[in-house]
Amino acid sequence: MSLTEDQVQQIATLARLKLKPEEHAELVDKLSRIVDFVDHLSEADTEGVVPMAHPLDVAQRLRPDAVIESDERDRFQENAPSVTDGLYLVPKVIE
Amino acid sequence: MDLHAKTLTELAAGLDSGEYSSVELTQSLLERIAAHDEKLNAFVTVTSDNALAAAERADQARAAGEGGVLNGLPIVHKDIFCTRGVKTTCGSRMLDNFVSPYDATIVERLAAAGAVVLGKANMDEFAMGSSNETSFFGPVRNPWDLDRSPGGSSGGSAAAVAARLAPAATATDTGGSIRQPAALTGTVGIKPTYGRVSRYGMIAFASSLDQAGVITRSAEDAARLLGVMAGFDERDSTCLNEPVPDYVAELGQSIEGLKIGLVRQHFDEGLDADCSVRIKEAIAVLESLGATVVEVDMPNIDLSVPTYYVVAPAECSSNLSRFDGVRFGHRADDPEDLLDLYCRSRGEGFGDEVKRRIMTGTYVLSAGYYDAYYLKAQQVRHLIADDFKNAFEEVDVIAGPTAPTPAFKLGDKVDDPITMYLNDIYTIGANLGGFPGMSIPCGFVDGLPVGLHLVGHHFDESTLLRCAHAYQQVTDFHTACPEDFA
Amino acid sequence: MSWEVVIGLEIHTQLATKSKIFSGASTAYGAEPNTQACLVDLGYPGVLPVLNEEVVHMAAMFGLAVGATVAPRSVFARKNYFYPDLPKGYQISQYELPIVEHGELFITDDEGDEKRIGITRAHLEEDAGKSIHEGLDRSSGIDLNRAGTPLLEIVSEPDIRSAKEAVAYMRKIHTIVRYLGISDGNMQEGSFRCDANVSVRPRGQEEFGTRTEIKNLNSFRFVERAINYEIERQIDLIEDGGEVVQETRLYDAAKDETRSMRSKEEANDYRYFPDPDLLPVEISAEYIEDVREQLPELPDAKQHRFVDEYDLKNADAAQLTISRPLADYYETAVAASEAKPKVVANWVIGDLLGALNKEGLGLADSRISAEDLAGLVTRIHDNTISGKIAKQVFEAMWSGEGTADEIIEAKGLKQITDSSAIEAVVDKVIEANPGQVAEYKAGKDKLIGFFVGQVMKETKGQANPGQVNQILKQKLSD
Repeated sequence: MSLTEDQVQQIATLARLKLKPEEHAELVDKLSRIVDFVDHLSEADTEGVVPMAHPLDVAQRLRPDAVIESDERDRFQENAPSVTDGLYLVPKVIE
Repeated sequence: MDLHAKTLTELAAGLDSGEYSSVELTQSLLERIAAHDEKLNAFVTVTSDNALAAAERADQARAAGEGGVLNGLPIVHKDIFCTRGVKTTCGSRMLDNFVSPYDATIVERLAAAGAVVLGKANMDEFAMGSSNETSFFGPVRNPWDLDRSPGGSSGGSAAAVAARLAPAATATDTGGSIRQPAALTGTVGIKPTYGRVSRYGMIAFASSLDQAGVITRSAEDAARLLGVMAGFDERDSTCLNEPVPDYVAELGQSIEGLKIGLVRQHFDEGLDADCSVRIKEAIAVLESLGATVVEVDMPNIDLSVPTYYVVAPAECSSNLSRFDGVRFGHRADDPEDLLDLYCRSRGEGFGDEVKRRIMTGTYVLSAGYYDAYYLKAQQVRHLIADDFKNAFEEVDVIAGPTAPTPAFKLGDKVDDPITMYLNDIYTIGANLGGFPGMSIPCGFVDGLPVGLHLVGHHFDESTLLRCAHAYQQVTDFHTACPEDFA
Repeated sequence: MSWEVVIGLEIHTQLATKSKIFSGASTAYGAEPNTQACLVDLGYPGVLPVLNEEVVHMAAMFGLAVGATVAPRSVFARKNYFYPDLPKGYQISQYELPIVEHGELFITDDEGDEKRIGITRAHLEEDAGKSIHEGLDRSSGIDLNRAGTPLLEIVSEPDIRSAKEAVAYMRKIHTIVRYLGISDGNMQEGSFRCDANVSVRPRGQEEFGTRTEIKNLNSFRFVERAINYEIERQIDLIEDGGEVVQETRLYDAAKDETRSMRSKEEANDYRYFPDPDLLPVEISAEYIEDVREQLPELPDAKQHRFVDEYDLKNADAAQLTISRPLADYYETAVAASEAKPKVVANWVIGDLLGALNKEGLGLADSRISAEDLAGLVTRIHDNTISGKIAKQVFEAMWSGEGTADEIIEAKGLKQITDSSAIEAVVDKVIEANPGQVAEYKAGKDKLIGFFVGQVMKETKGQANPGQVNQILKQKLSD
């Protein structure tokens, strides 16, 4: 296995995913296979090759600085699981 | 009247001549969906009321001498496109209860052209999958053999069109998600150039690879729809301001002198022998129409799948972080604290394949692995894109198989992610380089459809459509209908 | 042991655009929760960012103002972490290729010498929303109005050596961004805030000590206090045989101490990568030249010009150039007045700023316009009133009783410069005080003050003091 149980747990925490015990075991196996598979990349000679983040070589287009949105809070909050006085609610954040 | 057997182009003529109304057409297709979809599971949502209302408006517009180029024509949207006031699930439990407050740009454009939306098509969860088995709403079945997969991720779109439940469907393609299901269901699928069609309102999987397109029953229908969807959108920074040709008008041009390239690696042992024969026959047909064929070398193409399975998961791991149970989507009951809210909402809301991709993506971007995986994949991506560019110095179109095998049995590949990933071995390269790709039916193996894959240069969808149309003028594979759905 | 302090600041300044960095929602402060959060700000499925042209312009202005390189190509990256005020689960920022690099500015250090502070970089990013805890029982409420407000994060080199220098540097940046008009710099509203990286090392040691980062300091006073507390804490810790832990700390103003924020530290792996929804920002040389030509005069240049052109002391020039409106006020007053610029400066710094401070007002709320203040100073210059009477007129002007001329007229404050009139009063005073006259003549020169006082009293302060003095001396020596 190229990934350990601990590593998988670390990644799951970073990704904020709660895994059931059976999911966890399966992921150790499957992720290891995926990682072994993508390890084929190391075969390529990429000396001096510029990384490509985008399929097209184009510059960012800019938008004029204008306010074009209006208040649609009520409509947007119809999908929200928990709202009070226009605020989205989460369990208390302690800082 | 067998309205369901007609193509979009034929239906447009029937509506124009007054042979039937859009309401009649819509009604008949809704009935067909009601009768057949239980077998297929191609739809997540059927929007009967909205469809009939839209059809009625279309008929009124037509009576008044108005209406867009798709006036009254029924279509289906892949459930990845946001549709205002209609549930938009992306095939996930995470969005099982999500009603979009806005329309995707292409949804808007198709509606403005008069299209009537019959419903939302099932799909692999968040478009991650090649068999439609990762959907929260259950797998879609292939109309050619109900025990087989229609491919994915746009399996619902492809199955609906193949089974004549709708003449056309929108779809999306990140690594082959339009073309592979089109191949496996005997339909036509086109993924345009990256940047040709707006991604606004299309729920993102991998932003630098995702592109919207269509699944239809003919190249001509694809040209019709794409012409409406394509073009600049100020809401998408990656949607380019390139002129959109009149795809339908350009269909008629001959392919005499067209140079077709074949990639050697695409015909090696990975390809099913019978499929290989069908592909070679199809290429011979194109040669008979005046095209010339040469072999092109793509030294890095074998690395396209590993490259994709670093880049796509990396982008997806970040794109799917917004699903946190706070503003929309699934939220776990009674969270103990913030961490619990996040981890359980996401753990419960996402299915296995989505979790695997998020985990893979998180891993390849994390400290200590970024250079070896993410950065390396970006470099290899560059090499692969250059392979294509070099090939297009010599040829107009690259042709080959869309998928290595015809439709496989449901359940056959779910346990091995790598085997599943290799389904997209021939299609992924076009996504990595942003090139347009298309699959058209080119025959059968054991009664199952086989797809011919065509890839063109940036913004040259026209040549692909023209090539496909010419082929369809002299063959009839695209008109074949699965027996149970005739 | 003698310790050296090493400080670097990361200043977050909100850019004064109308709309957000990636959406068309308003950036106005103080709206009802979530009423200025559109689909893009909420991170809705399917939405996409489009860059506001004004933020690029503003970042370029800042870059040129601090002598930095404005990058011909810069890239937006995603900083991935989960937090309720961060709707997408990532912040769009710039990482490897920021828009501004290699700048500098000069401050006055603790010894009064000019000192260079390097600016490593300045990059564009989006602000997060706010968590609200008050009035909610076991929950926190999330307001995303601020999410997507453009920020320019200005990162200094670790060139700062004391809390005072840190404040001087921060003030300088504050002055510059307001001069450029790219930020309102409002610290109460959080438009201008900073994180401080602080470490200590034995004097003479080359490598840096372990640093801590103090988050979210939103006033000059807190910056100074928090840094001083942190310096002392680190030195005490090391001297007691402990070790500084690299961590994020929060300054608690009420307790005047910093404390660890371990929760935010947990598994900090931001997984930066180029944002695939945005393309590289390209800026042409012509664009940069256009911006350069439109740059306003900057505080340092203005200060030097004030010293040269108006013959001001450096300290006065520095004070008058602290903000562009104040410098403009001063120059308007100088232009409208016949008096020396130096006298105008004294009135602006002493009386005007004094009056504003007393009532806690800003220059924009001043009850006396630059033109009216010039009118007052001109009346001193042309001897219509004395400096002393002028203070009285200023008070009346402040109370809204009119212009200097109107008040002088209405109250009959015009200075008596007619020497025959003054002579008559002087004669009267001499006649009424024979005893003092005798003493004066006997050599008690100091009594001249008494006589002047008497004359001024008789004339209700309106006699020209110079003339009074002269006539008195002349008559008393007869």
